[in-house]
Amino acid sequence: MRTTRWVAVFGAMALALSAAACGGDDGGDEGGSGSSNFAAGSTMARLNEAQKIRVGTKFDQPGFGLKGLSGKPEGFDVEIAKLVAQALDIPEDKIEYTETPSTVREQVIQQDKVDIVVATYTINDKRKQVIDFAGPYYIAGQSILVKTDNSDITGPESFKDGTKKVCSVTNSTPASNIEQYLGDKAKQLVLFDIYQKCIDALKGGQVDAVTTDNVILSGFISTNEGQFKLAGQPFTEEPYGIGLKKGDTAFKNFINDTLEKAFQDGTYEKVWKETAGKFDTSQLKTPTIDRS
Amino acid sequence: MSAVLDNFDVFVSGFWLTLQLCLLSAIGALLVGTVMAIFRISPVPPLRAVGTSYVTVFRNIPLTIVFFFAAFGLPALGSNANFLRIPGLDQLFTRLGIDLPYFRFAIIALSLYTGAFVCEALRSGINAVPAGQAEAARAIGLTFTQNLRYVVLPQAWKAAIVPLGSVIIAMIKNSALAGFFGVIGDLSNSGYSLITVQGEPTIPIMIGISVGFLIMTVPLGILLDRVEKRRAVAR
Repeated sequence: MRTTRWVAVFGAMALALSAAACGGDDGGDEGGSGSSNFAAGSTMARLNEAQKIRVGTKFDQPGFGLKGLSGKPEGFDVEIAKLVAQALDIPEDKIEYTETPSTVREQVIQQDKVDIVVATYTINDKRKQVIDFAGPYYIAGQSILVKTDNSDITGPESFKDGTKKVCSVTNSTPASNIEQYLGDKAKQLVLFDIYQKCIDALKGGQVDAVTTDNVILSGFISTNEGQFKLAGQPFTEEPYGIGLKKGDTAFKNFINDTLEKAFQDGTYEKVWKETAGKFDTSQLKTPTIDRS
Repeated sequence: MSAVLDNFDVFVSGFWLTLQLCLLSAIGALLVGTVMAIFRISPVPPLRAVGTSYVTVFRNIPLTIVFFFAAFGLPALGSNANFLRIPGLDQLFTRLGIDLPYFRFAIIALSLYTGAFVCEALRSGINAVPAGQAEAARAIGLTFTQNLRYVVLPQAWKAAIVPLGSVIIAMIKNSALAGFFGVIGDLSNSGYSLITVQGEPTIPIMIGISVGFLIMTVPLGILLDRVEKRRAVAR
């Protein structure tokens, strides 16, 4: 009996909320849900009709998608998702966030648990076989983290002298990338299972630098305020895209148009500076949308 | 098996590094273990307490934790284990002398952990020496140190050699952990990276790693068997 009462209460609350939502919409430009003209039957029309979009993002990546005390994820990826929602005439508070760590990103799209994934998601051919990517909306790259007072290291070339020590994660792509710049691997390279250990080694002075994607490094700059900085420019290219269901070309083109508009009208740079750009002060390169 | 033959140089250099690590750690463990065993049987109560607590601590915490404290605790205390940069020895074992301290940290972790087991193996050997031997030595006026040096330890070694061998073999296998705490290029870790980075097939590489460890442990086991047989003849 108790259960039924709770169900009734929640039901009433849900009704009240949806009524309120409708009321809010009436104040909008065209009136009612489904306010804009999207081709009937398209994903855009469906989402606009439902006035809800499900977004997969990271909850633990400072600067890109970090769920803090506010209870809502914040960061560059989240802002990009908001741009898409805005273009669909869906208000910010109707975005439903799902945590998508790296390993589940393809799955959640294939299983239709989310509509889009914006989660530091590198575009590559293997992933393109199972999902489609809009974008890229950002070009990440491997970079080098050093202590604030370090001026010896200016880029990967600095390691060729065979004395400076660098840390990365075991069996990772950044680790094999930096290897080719090292003069003597045995004397210069340290590998751990997680980046936090590298950060500890950097703090303790056992290594001079930590290397991996600039995005991850910026996260550590943000959590260790004032202690670290990025040395030089990124020296690899990792294009980040927005993951969506394979074959939904209309939706992909729509997101691409939205991104291009944001690149041009300055919104893109603005949201970057408000989020990840606070920690990564290197020059922001506007990517070219891949329409293939 | 071509995966192993193609990457034979990786296995050889990994084997060599693991062998160096094991040799140095075995020496360290035997030194630490002997000192602690002497502490545990010494007539001075505070020394006995030190020996007992050492064994209690290091025998009862996981090796991973010991490694963790060595690799991240020592730097926090401001030590890079530079006392292990022993002149001369660092010419033979080049990793000892380099700036990166993780090889030295691994030796410390393995020595301290294995030392506790060495201590107990030695003590069991010492207990196997008939009490009359030590009493007789004391009766002819030998000091505690002379007693150990000339009477007890030479006999204790013989009784302890087989359990000591097992302890050292266990240590050789434990040394695979070093790769997870900053030592680059040891046998098991360079094997793993062949699989994950170069995409070599898993099973042949794992067999290759196992063979590398067997080359170190099996001869040691055979040697121990022979020592044991010789001891039996000597009796």
